[in-house]
Amino acid sequence: MLTPALLLSAVIFVIGTLGVIVRKNAIIIFLCIELQLNAVNLAFVALSRYTGIEGQLYVFFVMTVAAAEAAVGLAIIISIFRHYETVNVDKFNLLKW
Amino acid sequence: MTGLLASILYEDWILHALIWLPLVGTAHVLLTSAERAKDIAFRWSALVFVLSLGLWWSFDPGDGGFTMVSTAPWIESWGVSYALGIDGISVFMVLLTTFTSAIAILGSFEYVKKRRKAFYALMLLLEMGVVGFFLATDIFLFYVFFELTLVPMYFIVGIWGGQRRIYAAIKFFLYTAVGSLLMLVAILYVYFSSGTGSFGYEAFMNAGLSLREQLWLFAAFALAFGIKVPIFPFHTWLPDAHVEAPTPGSVILASVLLKMGTYGFLRFLLPFFPEAARHPVVVMVMLVLGVVGIIYAAWVAAVQPDAKKLVAYTSVAHMGFVVIGVFALTLNGLQGGMVVMISHGISTGALFLLLGMMYERRHSRLIEDYGGIGRVAPWFATAFVITALASIGLPGTSGFVGEFLALLGTFETHMVVAAIAATGVVFAAYYMLPMVQRVLFNKLDKPENRTFADLTRREMAIMAPLVALMIWIGVHPTPFLERMEPSIEVVLERVEGAPRAAVETMEGATMVEATVNPVEDPSADPAILPAPANVPARED
Amino acid sequence: MVTGVSAASLASAGMAVQAAAEWQPILPGLIVLLPLLGFVLNGILALQSARHSSAALREGRDWDPFAGARPPATHRLPTWIGPGVMGLAFALALLNFLGMPADLHDPVVVPYWGWIVTGDLSIAAAIQLDQLSMVMTLVVTGVGFLIHVFSVGYMGRDPGYPRYFAYLNLFVFFMLVLVLGSGFATMFVGWEGVGLCSYLLIGYWFSDREKSDAGKKAFIVNRIGDVGFLLAMFLLFNGFGTLDFIPIFAGAENHFAAGGVTITAITLLLLLGAAGKSAQLPLHIWLPDAMAGPTPVSALIHAATMVTAGVYMVARSSVLFALAPTSQAVVAGVGVLTALVAATIAMQQYDIKKVLAYSTVSQLGFMFMAVGVGAFTAGIFHLVTHAFFKALLFLGAGAVIHAMHDAAHHGDGHLDEQDMRNMGGLRKYMPVTCAVMWIATLAIAGIWPFAGFFSKDEIIWYTAAWAGAESNPFGQLYAVYWGLALLTALLTAFYMTRLMVMTFHGANRTGKAASSHLHEAPNVMTVPLIVLAVLSVFGGWINVPNALSDSFAGLWGSLPMTEWLHHWLEPVTHTAAEIQVAGFGEAAHAAPAGGGEVAWALISTVAAAVIVAAAVMFVGRRKYVPAAQDAGPRGALPRFVYNKWYFDELYDAVIVRPVLALSRWCWKAIDTVVIDGFVNFTGNFARLAGWATSLFQTGQVNMYAFVLTLGVLFVLGAAVFL
Repeated sequence: MLTPALLLSAVIFVIGTLGVIVRKNAIIIFLCIELQLNAVNLAFVALSRYTGIEGQLYVFFVMTVAAAEAAVGLAIIISIFRHYETVNVDKFNLLKW
Repeated sequence: MTGLLASILYEDWILHALIWLPLVGTAHVLLTSAERAKDIAFRWSALVFVLSLGLWWSFDPGDGGFTMVSTAPWIESWGVSYALGIDGISVFMVLLTTFTSAIAILGSFEYVKKRRKAFYALMLLLEMGVVGFFLATDIFLFYVFFELTLVPMYFIVGIWGGQRRIYAAIKFFLYTAVGSLLMLVAILYVYFSSGTGSFGYEAFMNAGLSLREQLWLFAAFALAFGIKVPIFPFHTWLPDAHVEAPTPGSVILASVLLKMGTYGFLRFLLPFFPEAARHPVVVMVMLVLGVVGIIYAAWVAAVQPDAKKLVAYTSVAHMGFVVIGVFALTLNGLQGGMVVMISHGISTGALFLLLGMMYERRHSRLIEDYGGIGRVAPWFATAFVITALASIGLPGTSGFVGEFLALLGTFETHMVVAAIAATGVVFAAYYMLPMVQRVLFNKLDKPENRTFADLTRREMAIMAPLVALMIWIGVHPTPFLERMEPSIEVVLERVEGAPRAAVETMEGATMVEATVNPVEDPSADPAILPAPANVPARED
Repeated sequence: MVTGVSAASLASAGMAVQAAAEWQPILPGLIVLLPLLGFVLNGILALQSARHSSAALREGRDWDPFAGARPPATHRLPTWIGPGVMGLAFALALLNFLGMPADLHDPVVVPYWGWIVTGDLSIAAAIQLDQLSMVMTLVVTGVGFLIHVFSVGYMGRDPGYPRYFAYLNLFVFFMLVLVLGSGFATMFVGWEGVGLCSYLLIGYWFSDREKSDAGKKAFIVNRIGDVGFLLAMFLLFNGFGTLDFIPIFAGAENHFAAGGVTITAITLLLLLGAAGKSAQLPLHIWLPDAMAGPTPVSALIHAATMVTAGVYMVARSSVLFALAPTSQAVVAGVGVLTALVAATIAMQQYDIKKVLAYSTVSQLGFMFMAVGVGAFTAGIFHLVTHAFFKALLFLGAGAVIHAMHDAAHHGDGHLDEQDMRNMGGLRKYMPVTCAVMWIATLAIAGIWPFAGFFSKDEIIWYTAAWAGAESNPFGQLYAVYWGLALLTALLTAFYMTRLMVMTFHGANRTGKAASSHLHEAPNVMTVPLIVLAVLSVFGGWINVPNALSDSFAGLWGSLPMTEWLHHWLEPVTHTAAEIQVAGFGEAAHAAPAGGGEVAWALISTVAAAVIVAAAVMFVGRRKYVPAAQDAGPRGALPRFVYNKWYFDELYDAVIVRPVLALSRWCWKAIDTVVIDGFVNFTGNFARLAGWATSLFQTGQVNMYAFVLTLGVLFVLGAAVFL
């Protein structure tokens, strides 16, 4: 049972990663990050069958962080949208140099 | 006087007071209004100076080791302790620091107009750092204070400086930081290889380093201190820093901060790495750099249009005499180096103060903007001429005693070096007299110079003690020489000491002895201690 | 607690305190301290009066202290303080001189405090009284006192009057330190100190660019010599471990092989020092410029005392020089060449003080020749007589300039008050000055029975005598020196007569309006002149040589003090004399060209007299025009000499300019470009690297994520495959 679960996790993670790299909409990128996090959660849960309770324990940490991240991240995106009236990440590149 | 000092347990608290009182002063200055800041800062620095004066009487060089020692653990797991001590070398540096700090603060009353609270707080912080540097006998503590002095000076140059102050401040900071970081690496190397797990002075003396190790570590330390001195070719930060720094900054920089370099030679470089220090190639390199500094800086000084830059370069030349005196590794040379350090602190500090007074009156540092000042400001001119003469080492002033001894000591071991260095005496006249002439003499042909005011009472109060010291040291330097001699002999014995193993046990024992009971019983064990044959007769 | 230097450390200085045994000098320290006291008092007055003058200047007016009926106290008191302390010092010196036993063999050293005391060096501030320092002290305080008195008249109307006396007193203090110091180090204090005062006094009128330039030049050239002195001291210290005279001179003979490298180096370095101070070739260039100072200063510092310090130093170190025959030959050679060159230059100068300046250089050359050939007594003898007649000449010139100054003030247009072409016929207006200056001229020309005859003749004779010494390796060289010295002596007679004739005789060239204001100097100036004139006449009689005393020169044995100076100085010079005899053999009793002492004395005085007479005729017949209408000498040789052999131009081209150029190059090229270039490069390199790598930060989040992923893949790949 382990291999299919890990494979699924890997596929979701790669989809998420490609999404972060390729997509320009900040909301989509954000959702892709969530995909990555959940892919990792899936791997944790799958592995915890063999290694013990710690894997499931970590899932709770990740979910907490993800929830906090979602709250802060969405707030940032909304305030950016209010300012620029777009959520296209190519349009806001001031944070450099 | 000694009785009085003993009755108030002077020796027990003075070293701590000298370090921490300026910090208290810093806090006090920060808590007052900007108008009162200068008075309060001056009072604190004067208090510190008056307290430090007791050292003149209570300090007894004894066998040359540290006295008034006190140690408290600080970071025990690393073997770092808060260890202070004073000997015949550091006592003069401390006195010079407390003296010039008070004088420099007094001399800044008119010059500093903006952000006065911050300025005086930094000045007192700087004093604390420098005094701590001279008193620390724990290497970690010493390094902390060494770096601590960098910060206030950086801001003093960078905030209250002239046109190019940012450039000068950064240059000063980077130059010094490069050296001190390399030294930090070297310190850690000695710390780990000594195996004692202690940053104590004795632990570093007995680290048991091979000659090869010593040479590398010597190079790192020498670079750090050599930049501070500064030795040619690491000197170019100095003219910029001096020119841009406000008057009190220049005074402290010239009088005290440069001495940290040469003091480092005497206190750390020579005793820690004696075999490297007496290695003929090393000695030759240092001597040649010293001589080049003397001649080269004198030449460059002679063609400066900016009076402050001129004096800055003369500092390089003077410190060259210290370098050759120290690395001649003779008693006369080392003592001469010490006297040059003191004398340079006084005379160059005085020159910067005088230049500052000129700048306050005319807002120009260019020599060509002056001329004929001697006619309108006779007191100023008198002070200027005496200071200039002390700076070029006229007999009867402090400069001569130092340069004479340094050259004499160098001549004993390295004739050619001393002979070339002696021509610096001519070049000193070559750079200083034209400036004196173009500022004080010649026609009073610029109308704005006609209103050049003479010294005020405050300025006379600044110059009088400086001039008196120049002449006192020139006429009767013996009280200074006899106080520093035992400690210098300890350094010299350490460097020249015969086979290493023998020296280590003997010196180590001496150090321990000196630490345990510094004053009460200087000749505890005649079998261990070297016979005090050269201790001059003293009377209380 | 440490209270000063204890008796123990003075004793460890190894000083022999012998005062108690033989002779107790009377307050010798006070001789030195009195002028210092005068300096302090006058200095306070000077600063006080400068307060008024600078305040006036700031308000845009000139302050004339002599405007009121009575000058202020600051300008009255120096009249008494300045000469007063000198008079007291001279009296005290005289007292000590009279009390000094004639057979005192060892110098008396009076220590005061340990000056520089370290583990292996100890220099005491101590006074050494012996016959030589006594003679020098008498000259310095005696002639100094007369010149101080003269200055009251000469400088009396100068606004800086108290400052002038402060400097002058300070000079005497340092000069006394120089001659009374008990070792080379203490001597060096005076040595540089007098240089300082010379600097201050040459540039006394410091508002004048040329004058302060001259002071600066004097100081720097002197310092070149001082390096030699310093190095010689170091070598001596290496050899003896002390710098005190007594142990060095006592041990020199055992310590150094005669003619060895070290002793030759020491003496040559000392010579460099002496040449700087005494304006000998090649360091003579500062002295003529030094005439920028007030004329009494020229008399005191640049004729009578300071410039003779080099001669004193060589005489003091006679033992060392006697041990180094090569150095001696060099000293004498430098001396004779200087004497000749300076004498030729003096022949073509028009400035009265310049003539006297070159004359001084020339006479100092004679003294160097004397001490060079080992005739130390003769050198000191000439030093003493020269102090008398050259001080007289300068003060006389001062009186002339004083008169010319007043005349120029009232005359029409610009009139150079020192140019002899503007003078002429002054005898009518200032007969006393004319008479005393003629006495001095005859003295310097070497005409019997004036002072200069005896001293100069002795120098020339000793050169001849040592040239003929049997084993003198430089015998022929000495013979050449002798010939050149004779020639120079004749030139001296000529240029001095020229000076006198141009100044005092012939038609007056000051112009009508001006000439009515010419006047004789006041008594306060003429009395010192007369005293010096008496000394210039009789001063030579203190040392009539034995060989001459029974001839015309010694009035057939009736002069009382035959060879007095010689005997007096014998305790100081006898060691050197013995060494010299041991090396060279006895001096000959005939000149290289034959003839004995009496014969050559007669020849030289007659020749000098003939030259004086011829010069009076020749110069008197020439027509001079005022300086404004004169183009200077014509012809290549006169122009060459008139321009001082172009020494200044040579030094300017060979030394001054290259050093300046090198200095500029060091600053602009090495400091600014190389070192700072490297420093700034490291700074700029860091910035450049930062800028280059900052380009990776595009601000595109996708880009960052992509690079991040690549990095993770790279690390994972490395972990898996490696």
